[in-house]
Amino acid sequence: MLSYLIFTLTLCAIYGLLALSLNLIWGSAGLVNLGLAGFFAVGAYASALATGAGAPVLIGWGAALLVGATVGLVVTFATLRLRDDYLAIVTLGFAEVIRLVALNERWLTNGSDGISGIKAPLKAELGTQNFAYFYLGLATLVLVIVWALLRRLDGSPYGRALKAIREDQQLASFAGKPVLRFKLQAFALSAAIAALAGALYAHFQSYISPDHFQPLITIYIFLAVTAGGVGRPSGAVLGAYLVVIFLEATRFVTEWVPGLQPVQLAATREMLIGIALILVLHLKPQGILPERIPKAPVPPAAA
Amino acid sequence: MTAALTIQGLKLGFYGVQVLRGVDFAVPQGSFTGLIGPNGAGKSTLFNAVSGLYRPQAGSVRLGATETAGMPPEKLVAAGLVRSFQLARGFPKLSVFQHLMLYGADQPGESLLAGLIGTGGAKRREAELSERAFGIARRLKLDHVLDNPVTALSGGQKKLVEIGRALMAEPKILLLDEPMAGVNPSLTEQIAEHLVALNRDGLTICLIEHDMGLIRKLCAPVIVMAEGKTLTQGTFDEVAADTRVQEAYLGRRH
Repeated sequence: MLSYLIFTLTLCAIYGLLALSLNLIWGSAGLVNLGLAGFFAVGAYASALATGAGAPVLIGWGAALLVGATVGLVVTFATLRLRDDYLAIVTLGFAEVIRLVALNERWLTNGSDGISGIKAPLKAELGTQNFAYFYLGLATLVLVIVWALLRRLDGSPYGRALKAIREDQQLASFAGKPVLRFKLQAFALSAAIAALAGALYAHFQSYISPDHFQPLITIYIFLAVTAGGVGRPSGAVLGAYLVVIFLEATRFVTEWVPGLQPVQLAATREMLIGIALILVLHLKPQGILPERIPKAPVPPAAA
Repeated sequence: MTAALTIQGLKLGFYGVQVLRGVDFAVPQGSFTGLIGPNGAGKSTLFNAVSGLYRPQAGSVRLGATETAGMPPEKLVAAGLVRSFQLARGFPKLSVFQHLMLYGADQPGESLLAGLIGTGGAKRREAELSERAFGIARRLKLDHVLDNPVTALSGGQKKLVEIGRALMAEPKILLLDEPMAGVNPSLTEQIAEHLVALNRDGLTICLIEHDMGLIRKLCAPVIVMAEGKTLTQGTFDEVAADTRVQEAYLGRRH
């Protein structure tokens, strides 16, 4: 049971990173990125392949960040003129393309067999149980660092400009903001964070295959950010923890409800999560931790 | 002396309809220039073409001595040309204070790295800008609504925010598209006073306005546009006496 709890909390941290990634691009910049699972996969494969070729794990993570940011830039350039629904459709397509490439380019990704035996840092030295603790700590540390950075970004002039672009892109350009630069940077950073989450995931599971990167992950993260509070990093992280814990806890519903078949259970979980979201949004329409409008600093005494 | 803004032979059309058919005029440095003309004369389209929303199809726009036709809005703002909109626009979820700060010029804190780690330079500039924002807010009597989202403001206050945030950008020339439209008479009076004071402090203003009383009181020179062209210009009394202007507004006598 304890190791299951540790597993769940590690998954929470990884989903937390995904939620932070989505919150940056959707919550702050207002760009609907339905391709999150694609960037997640790109990072997972980048790190798995790099470490498979002999690179140390940290270099693998670095590679994931770099490849994620690069792919993010490519996607932004390809979708420069798109907004809202159109951007959502194209990014959704992008995630599917990544999944299909992983499925079919067997020479690189081993196709549907996936990549197994991905290096687990220090696992040999620590033993299985201690490794689980260590990796939980590591993943949580990465989450805290990224959260702290994005929280600072959110309150900075950069974050202010991003939110202005979210509200009215044209008016933001008349406020002197180079909209394209902000979008490119935000998208690349967001993609890099999702890719880093993928790298953490790959070394945590030690096995990845295209099946791990279904669009459903993206939907769960949208759910997490919506419930937690769009536009606020703390809200996104809280939402991710709630969604993962909720998903895992509902696995045990069969134990409480006699006569429920596993197939029915799977459907019940989806229903329950839908009901939970409706409840949250009914009670807290802006999410549990709503976006804050920062107060002006105390003005100097009127002269 | 070079004019603050010089427009020559500016042409712009949409879907085969020629809206601007060769506009020529200059806004003298330090002037409070009025731009008038009947509805559909192309005044707002001219502002859109000059401020970078549309790329002119022909002609030249010079800011001081710099050719700026076709420049994107953010470059024009950096060069000192700032505009307001006919319908007050804002960022719904940003506070009044954030609106003011957003428009601040030269913000090192808007680089991604400075945003992530926070730098001394960014902090100092932020402090300077907030002082400027407080000053402008006091001047426009917005200091008691600084933390309100703009959606919570009255129509008149929104207009004041438009002017206030434009000032934050430290413009050399301000293009105002009907800043007094839909505002009650006493606030109109106030806005006019603010504009006159700003102009006296050296700011060049180009104003589109339909209230001829205001134009007469505030503006010299007055430029008249009709059917996508500059019709004439001069002092208010000169253009008002011009029969072509009367015809443009009232229709040709038969």
